[in-house]
Amino acid sequence: MTQSPGTLGPDPTNVLLRHVNVPGQHDIDTYVANGGYAAVHRALKEMNPDEVVAAVDGSQLRGRGGAGFPTGRKWKFINRNAPVKYLVVNADESEPGTFKDRTLLEGDPNLLVEGIILTSYALGVRNAFVYLRGEYYDCHRLLGGAIRQAYERGLLGERILGTDFSLDLVVHPGAGAYIAGEETALLESLEGRRAMPRLKPPYFPAVMGLYNKPTVLNNVETLCCVPWILNHGAEWWMQQGPPQLYSVSGHVQNPGVVEAPLGTTLRDLIDRAGGLRPGRTFKACYPGGSSSRPLVAEHIDVAMNHESLAKLGSMMGSGAVIIMDDTTDMVKVIARVAEFYMEESCGKCTPCREGTRWVVQVLERILHGHGRPSDLDLLTHLSKNMTGTCFCPLGESVPPSLNAGLAHFRNEFEAYIARSNAAVPMPVRIKESVPVAGS
Amino acid sequence: MTPETHTLAPAAVADIREIKARYPVAQSALVPALLRVQAEYGWVPPETYDGIAELLGLDTEVVAEVASFYLLVFTAPVGRQVIQLCTNVSCLLAGADAIQAHVEAKLGVKTRQTTADGRFTYIVAECLGACEEAPCMLVGEKRYKRLTREKVDEILDRTDS
Repeated sequence: MTQSPGTLGPDPTNVLLRHVNVPGQHDIDTYVANGGYAAVHRALKEMNPDEVVAAVDGSQLRGRGGAGFPTGRKWKFINRNAPVKYLVVNADESEPGTFKDRTLLEGDPNLLVEGIILTSYALGVRNAFVYLRGEYYDCHRLLGGAIRQAYERGLLGERILGTDFSLDLVVHPGAGAYIAGEETALLESLEGRRAMPRLKPPYFPAVMGLYNKPTVLNNVETLCCVPWILNHGAEWWMQQGPPQLYSVSGHVQNPGVVEAPLGTTLRDLIDRAGGLRPGRTFKACYPGGSSSRPLVAEHIDVAMNHESLAKLGSMMGSGAVIIMDDTTDMVKVIARVAEFYMEESCGKCTPCREGTRWVVQVLERILHGHGRPSDLDLLTHLSKNMTGTCFCPLGESVPPSLNAGLAHFRNEFEAYIARSNAAVPMPVRIKESVPVAGS
Repeated sequence: MTPETHTLAPAAVADIREIKARYPVAQSALVPALLRVQAEYGWVPPETYDGIAELLGLDTEVVAEVASFYLLVFTAPVGRQVIQLCTNVSCLLAGADAIQAHVEAKLGVKTRQTTADGRFTYIVAECLGACEEAPCMLVGEKRYKRLTREKVDEILDRTDS
């Protein structure tokens, strides 16, 4: 269920969110009193690293960052005999509509630290990094505190709990770049360069990752699942759903992070987030952030999992469900989404750098009363030429919105164009970009 | 502050050395070092690039190239407080466009501009990851939720006034 800030104490109906509203949970003593670090004690004393990998692999855990890749399989790609390898946690949560990692970090930061220790032990990692979104100021303080306390208690540093296993953990601040969420761009950024994606191959992180060493990149939520899986076993984990976090926002009465079994229907998620506003009807939604293809009313009973959403040409993504009711202007929404990708394009490849800008220019002239009848064909053409041509997924994130918009809401675009009047002055842009401060 | 005073303070130098020691490769410390300098001046004056480069064993051009890429590394002076107002989809659905118009009329600035009195630099931000609190904004490091025109007035009037 959605967590409300007023809730106190553990919430037994949830797993990942169980302790996020417990007062003082960010402190290691409270965390331990609520069962924290039990998995680290057990794993380091009773399990060898292969057994930890096998437990996670057996749980069929899939990455929660966006791609949904099986975590156990990702871990097995790493050459166990490589002398140096790294774990990098992607905490650069920036996909529009996504706030579940922030909720975990603010509510239960020790859970991530515990997941990192377990994962590093499983993979034989000596140095781990958390790439944390710059704007998450509270998370920086809370995670920093959790790490300091873990060092003080001998859970990080040299010879953890008296074993041969040592681990250092560094939080690396992001500085306002959505593209850094793409895993190879994140590594570039972590190495102190502009966050621009690397070519795959050869730069598959498992082989040539951070500092060209084998590297596992996992999302915050993914690693927060690991202590639970080790404490209770793969079978129990599956019986719980498995638990999945959905960030539900937009036109619902109680927006928030909803923990629900993976594959819960869209209709059910809306209900769990308080339902639509009175008298309103469902129009559309982004099921997995603004990079996913929007769903419409006929999809209301779709199971929100990787397979069902892929079948609809959409995706699970980061589980960011943005609900739009019948009051929504789809042209405006899609223009804002396109503008986001234009703003965040790193400029490395032409289809993204130029394509996003071109799409925004066309959408904005439509929106501001200067649309031309030929514009819809132009948008279709642009969408087609940005698909499968971009260097990384960023530019490829615009076509899903455009395609769904033109397929399901073509009449809204046409209505704007029909009202076009060249006498109306054209504003510069919705969001003018004057490089005074910042870059 | 005048350009000639934009040298690295001893405390900043010590901190940057400490940050550098966290990483296997010194260049990784570059963005954290820029943010550390920014904590000193509110922005990163180009006069400090040489000093940062020297501490990390980099070319000055590398420092400039990286500094100019990241939104939250300010390469020009900013106001005493930086406002980041989210206008992305979830906030837009909650009326962020009206909030945006209100803030811009109230402060007389557009995105990435600083008010004439130097109090605020205003940035139209992308998704701040707080969509359950839409519409939202950051003023400095503090997040404000479920904004209304009245709430914005109250927050801005009491901030650094």
